[in-house]
This record gives sequence, C-alpha cells and structure tokens, in this order.
Amino acid sequence: MFDAATRAVEAALAAGARYADARVMHSRYESMTAQNGNVEDLSQRDTLGVGVRALVGSSWGFFAVPDLDTDAVRRAGERAAEIAAASALVPGVALDLVGTEVRQDSWASGCEEDPLAVPVSDKGDLLVGVTATMLAAGVPLASALYQIWDTEKWFVSSEGHRIDQRIRECGAGMHCMAYADGSSQRRSYPSFRGQYGTAGWELVRSLDMPAHAERIAAEATELLSAPECPAGTTDLILGGEQMSLQIHESVGHAVELDRILGWEAGYAGTSWLDLAGLGKLRYGSDLMTVTADPTLPGALGSFGYDDEGTPAAPNDIVRDGIWVGVLAGRDSASIAGLDYAGAVRADGYARIPMVRMTNVGLLPGPDSSAAMIAATDDGIYMEHNRSWSIDDRRRNFQFGCEIGWEIKNGERGRLLRNPTYTGIGPEFWGSMDMLAGEPERRFWGTPNCGKGQPGQTGHTGHPAMPARFRNVRVGVRG
Amino acid sequence: MTREGLAARILDMVAHANSTAEASVSVSQEHRALTRFAESFIHQNVADESERVALQLHVDGRTASATTNQTSGEALSALVTSCLAATAASPIDPGWAGLTPRMGVHSAGNWDEATATAAPAARASVVRSFVDAAAGLACAGYCQTVSIEAVFANSAGHAVTGRSTQASADAIARTGRSDGAARTAAIALSDVDGAALGTAAAAKARAGQEQVALDPGRYEVVLEPGAVADLVAGLLSQGLNGKAVVEGRSFVQLGAQQFDRAVSLWDDGTDSRAVGPPFDAEGTPKRRLDLVSDGVTTGVPHDRRTAAAYGTETTGHAVEGGERWGALPADVRLAAGSVDDLVADVERGLLVSDFWYTRALDPKTLVYTGLTRNGVWLIEDGRLGSALSTLRFTQSYVDALQPGAVLGVSRSTESSPRAIAPAAGGLSSLVVPSLRLASWNITGGAAG
Repeated sequence: MFDAATRAVEAALAAGARYADARVMHSRYESMTAQNGNVEDLSQRDTLGVGVRALVGSSWGFFAVPDLDTDAVRRAGERAAEIAAASALVPGVALDLVGTEVRQDSWASGCEEDPLAVPVSDKGDLLVGVTATMLAAGVPLASALYQIWDTEKWFVSSEGHRIDQRIRECGAGMHCMAYADGSSQRRSYPSFRGQYGTAGWELVRSLDMPAHAERIAAEATELLSAPECPAGTTDLILGGEQMSLQIHESVGHAVELDRILGWEAGYAGTSWLDLAGLGKLRYGSDLMTVTADPTLPGALGSFGYDDEGTPAAPNDIVRDGIWVGVLAGRDSASIAGLDYAGAVRADGYARIPMVRMTNVGLLPGPDSSAAMIAATDDGIYMEHNRSWSIDDRRRNFQFGCEIGWEIKNGERGRLLRNPTYTGIGPEFWGSMDMLAGEPERRFWGTPNCGKGQPGQTGHTGHPAMPARFRNVRVGVRG
Repeated sequence: MTREGLAARILDMVAHANSTAEASVSVSQEHRALTRFAESFIHQNVADESERVALQLHVDGRTASATTNQTSGEALSALVTSCLAATAASPIDPGWAGLTPRMGVHSAGNWDEATATAAPAARASVVRSFVDAAAGLACAGYCQTVSIEAVFANSAGHAVTGRSTQASADAIARTGRSDGAARTAAIALSDVDGAALGTAAAAKARAGQEQVALDPGRYEVVLEPGAVADLVAGLLSQGLNGKAVVEGRSFVQLGAQQFDRAVSLWDDGTDSRAVGPPFDAEGTPKRRLDLVSDGVTTGVPHDRRTAAAYGTETTGHAVEGGERWGALPADVRLAAGSVDDLVADVERGLLVSDFWYTRALDPKTLVYTGLTRNGVWLIEDGRLGSALSTLRFTQSYVDALQPGAVLGVSRSTESSPRAIAPAAGGLSSLVVPSLRLASWNITGGAAG
C-alpha cells in the first residue's frame, strides 16, 4: 500500500507539484437497523482507493481513484497536479504549510472485541430484542441501530511521512416514538443517535441497552400527557449528552480555522470569531475550559496522526473562559500565522482532507448535577437532543430536547414535553455558573458531522458533563 | 468488462452459490469534479472516479446488502460470499416485497458529453467569470460537474441501464456586512453562466448592507426560490414519504385539501431536467408522480417495501438506504404561477432569499426552526425597505401552505442543485418559483 501511495506522490511531483501527499484507505463498514422487533436493514460496505493532494505554486488539486495498480496511481498523481494548475486560474495569496515532524510510524486504536467479528446474529438479536421490548411497553414505533467502521490508512508525503493507522470505531443506540393528537414524542438511549467511540464491541455491551428499553418507552408515552415546557426565561440545567451537542455546534464549529478564514463561507458558514481576539476574547464564564484532544483513549475523535501526518496532540481552545486556540490544518495555520495544525481529516480515500473537530470538550468542573438541582429554586432540566439549529456564524442557536423536568425549590419535579431553549453563544456560555465534575464526564461521540462540498461525514468526540446556565430563554415554539 | 457484463457475472456467481437466492445488483461509475472557491480564489479543487457494485440478497426470508468499489474476480467473490453469510445470519425480514419484475425504462437519462468530460479549466473558467462579475466583492461557492452511468439487474430477469450528467454552481458574493447568493443546476455545463450568477449575487449583497433588527412576530413573507426549495425539501423528507406515512409519523392525508389551491407539486424523473439514472435503487423505472394537485394531497413516494406495507404499488422512488430514510423523489417541481412581482402587493412583510439550518421540532406537525441567510428585507407598501439582520423562525411548513395561505406564486422559477435529503445521497433537481405567504412566525434574530 505504501508503494502505491509513493508512486502517486512521485507522479504528482513529476507533474509539477512542489508538495504532494497520498492516502491509501481501506474502509469496511457494517450497519444494522431494526424496527418493532424486526431487522430493517443490514448493510456492509468495503472500499479501497487512493486520494492524492498536489500543491502547485499556491494552488491545490486533489484526485482519487479506486484502482491501486501502478498506472492508475501514477495517473491519479498527474491528475491532482493538473487540477492544481487549473486552480491557479483563480489564484489566492501565497500559501505555505506550517512545519510538522516527519515520522514513519504505525498506530492503532484500542479494541478489545473486534466488532466485525461478533456474529451478525448476536448483533441482530440485540437490536431485535430491544425494539420488541419497547414495542411491548406500548409505543407504536421502536428503532435501534449499530454502526461499525474499520479503517486502515497508509499515508505518504513528499516530505518523507510514511504512516499507517488502523482505527476501529463502533456504537449503537435506540429510540421510540409515541403519537397523540397530531403530535409526537420521542425518547432515546443512550443518545438521540447512539453512542460511538474508537473502541470494539465492548463499548456496545457496556451500554446495556436492554436495561433501558422499557424505561424510555414508558417515558415517551408519559410525555404525551405531560404539560408543555413553559415559555419564558429561567435557569437551565443541561444533561451531559445535550451538552456535547452544545459544545459541538457552538464551540467546535466556531473554532474551525477554515470557517474563521472564510473558506467555508459558501456552504457551512463562517464564524463569529475574529483572529484578532485570539488570546483575549471572553468566550464564556471562568468555569469554561475547552480542549481539543485527539489522544483521549476511546473517544470518537481520536487518532494517532491526522490526515496530513501531524501527530495527535492536545490543544487548548478556551482556557478559563478566554478563547485561546483553533482547529487548524497546515495551510490554514500558515495563513493565520499560527504554528500548529493537526485537525485535518478526510471521509474516505475519495475526499480531500479538511479541518475537522477532534475531541472537543470541557474539562470537568467542581459541581454535580445533584448539586445543581439542589441549588436551583426555579428552573428546568433538559436532556437528550431532539433538534438543533444554529446560524452560519455559530452564534444564535435553538435546540429542542426530548424531555424536560421542572425544578422547584431545589427538587426535580414533573415532566415537561417539547422543551426548547435558545441563546447567543458567548452570552450563553458566559451564564454557565455550575459545571459537573469528573464522575459525570463522558466522551460522547458524534458520528455524523456534515461539512464540505462534496459532503463529508466526520467522526468527532465531545467530553461533556451536566452544567447550569442562568436566565435562558426556553419554550420557543411555532 | 462492461457494466452489464459485470452485473450478469455477479448474478451468475450468486446463482452458483445458492440457486434459491433472490438477487439484485447495481453497477455504477460516477465521475465527480468540484471546484470550490472562497475569498475569491480556488482553495479546494477535487475530482474522483468511483466504481460501485451493490448487491442485495434475500434468502430463506432473510435479507442483507453489501457494496464494494473493487471489481476484480476476487473482490466480487468476496462480495457474494460475505453478503450470503450476512443473509444467513440475519433475522427473518417480514417486510421483503420481492424483486422488481421485468419492465422497460421511460427515459435513457439526460446526458451531455461535454459535461461528462469537462476539464478542470472549464470549471475554473465559470469561477473566474463569477468572481470577475462580482466586481471586487469577496466570493465563495462552487462549480461542479457530475456524470453517472449505471446498470441494474436482478435474478428475476429485469435489467435496465441509464446515464446522466449534471452541472451546477452555487455561490455568494460578500460585502463584509452582507451576502448575496445565486445558483443554478442544469444538465450541461454550457448552461451554467458564471458571469450572470456573479452579477446577481453581487447585486443582492450590495442591497443588503445596511441592516436593522426586527421584532419577533408573525409576518407576511415573499420567499425566493432558495427558501422555497428548503420548504419543499422539508415536506418531502419528513412527510411526503412512504415510510413516514406507513409509520404514522406523517401529516399526509391522501385526498384531503391540505394545501392552498395554488400548490401543485410533482416529481418527474423523466423530464428534460431530471438527473440521475432513469430508474430507482430497486430498478423500478422512474415516472411522473403527482404529490399535490391544486392543494389536494394526491400521492406519496414509495419503494417496494413501503408500497407493500401500505397496500399499493411502488412509485419508483427507492433510494439506497431507503430502509431507513424511506422513498425520496429526486426531480421535484412546484408549479409556477402568473405573478411577475410578488413584492408589489405586500403592504408590510419580509422578502427572504434563503433558509439555513432548518430542523424539524416535530415530524408530525412539521414545525421547523431555522434562520434566514443571504439576505432578508422588510417590504413596506409594495417596495423593498431596510435590509434586516439574520432572523430565526419557528414555523410549521404545512401550516404555511394551508388553504388560503398562499397569496401569490411567481411566473419565474429557479433550478436548484439542493439535495432533498443529503443523508440519502445522490443527485437531485428542484425547480421552484417564489411564493408569497400570508404568515411566517419569526421567533428571534441572530443578534439576540
């Protein structure tokens, strides 16, 4: 595999590139969904190919083919350089790459039980069983799924990188729906789209989905007759899973350097952040310390090297409420005058590497969810995301959750249906006055982060724990 | 080996391994090239050639699917072996609706050879024209060409072929305080006019520079085609979807006057703007399906599985992964009206260019929240007034089009490259007019 990548790089250089890299990727994917006690879909996907990047002058080109024979990979390198030359018809500023340590290395994520080796029948029995349990508990629609990715990469660059990695990821989840009077209620476990990590099937076993199936079905039914989340301004406590999405949408994407530089303006959007504020802008309260750390064992955004060959390393993003870091690639960092990269990945051999979140999450605080509830006279506790929407500068957000509980005089009270909350990023994070500690921290995984054109799906991790926010607008509805 | 030969070989391999297996094979080759620009320079310029072989097997009441992008004998043998093994290990599939019977396609697909073979310089030239026409404004967007050639065959003797191209451009011009967008989709790259798009986007951006805030509340709105495309896509992905109907989570009531009489919506994978192969993922030939006629809900897209569950016939809208997403149309048209200037009759309302990041709060009522993007203006006494800062809305898409709610439909339409359900993949084409609607619920703004 290294030979194929090397030939592609050599061909790009011979065709005029001043830098080139190539990734051979072999990706295996398996997924099953079940609904109401029956398997709905079992699919397996196996892809192999090489993607080549060529830098001609200050312009990039990328070409990918599924064929690894000598002629095909050489042609891929030449086509990448040809495309880069065409890019120069609409040139930009002089572009360079920040330096990175050149390594020859192998890396593999941890995996105790190979998820692809677990019998399909066992995995099917799990999904069929939990959906049957939910159905028997009275909901009309019960669904469950698992997903498994097994990815091998061989990376070669014209600077001398020669790195192979094997990353195994998997996860699972379930949800149910209940209907009444033209509306619907949803409950899920452990997250609204499942929990995922760089781990083996032991992750799925640890979720113990059967133990929660009946409970979430009962909660979905109970929500149908629960009072609507009141509209107004109140104190808000968010569960850890909802916090992970809050971090993903209103911090993770906002600190992507390509967005800050305007490179995503035509589609994903830009950022409210200006590099002039780096190191001094207040992003949130003193409790807010966010890191991007691709070295966390088991988290979904972990790797040994990113797709430019930069070794994984933790990076502070927000320290004690002050914005101090970004997620960067070698070219964007160079343009921004920064000296670090390491957050560039591609969704398969046929897609160009671009800035993606790694594991972007909060460091633990001093409190607990129990302490937050006890300290709240009048508020709402919400958990498990149901909808998410945020503007193209990542400031104004509106999230809906599956379930809420009224908090009165320090105690969690009745259920509330259709809870929503909205706010402005820096104001919202500035209102965070309580943050749970290490015992409630969990590395939530987001397996479906969309970005780029053509579209790419990224896998990101988000260490998160419950937190309390003051004076938040809740109960927005149509 | 040809794609037809490859498909036949795989069916033979399956029959040899298990003569009782019901098998479907699709073999496709896609060339996608996308030239992306930002800050008025090309920063990402990519192309790939992909092969794809997809196999679905149904054996002894059990179903499984597998795909590969390798076509060597060894890889195809592994595909068949692993798919058979997965089938044997799967639980019983009570929803299996059988193979598509032998039938012919109604179209060969829309193809432009120059687009299929377009060089990188051709796309860069469209970008150059857009940037030049924007006359100094920062520009960002893309120009894309795609070609797909596909074969479908199954063990029931059904075999169809087709091919398609699409060229598209979607970009913004930026003043620093405002963005303006322009986009188009066509079969041929020669129909994508970068200069015209750049001129239009720049004019929009310049008209939106001086922005004021707006109080939340219900407003009459004129939605331009970009915003209408989002509204239509929301109706289709969540409600006008056979799977959603079967599962009881759709608003759809067939035969009921659920929309204003001005609303007629259909899908037609055989018309001259249709993209993608002329058959669906199950090999069913595409044909026109009326979804809403004069406000009456008349049809729902089905694949074989949802059609069987609903007691009807497939409409030819199966997509890969449809077991999860349901059946989805790809070539959707909303009927144009007769109004040249929808703004002229608005006493007080809003003009909205695009919606952004729209998400359903409730799939049953189709209450969505989202934001405006690429321009929103106040309309007063039939004239455009102040540009407004970004607004958030929380609005039922069904209610927005209910009887009496559509006050006007434009004569002109726009062909949009927007995907109806991005998660389901594939090409799509939406052709929609602008709409004047009686009420839209603004619930906040990006400023606070």
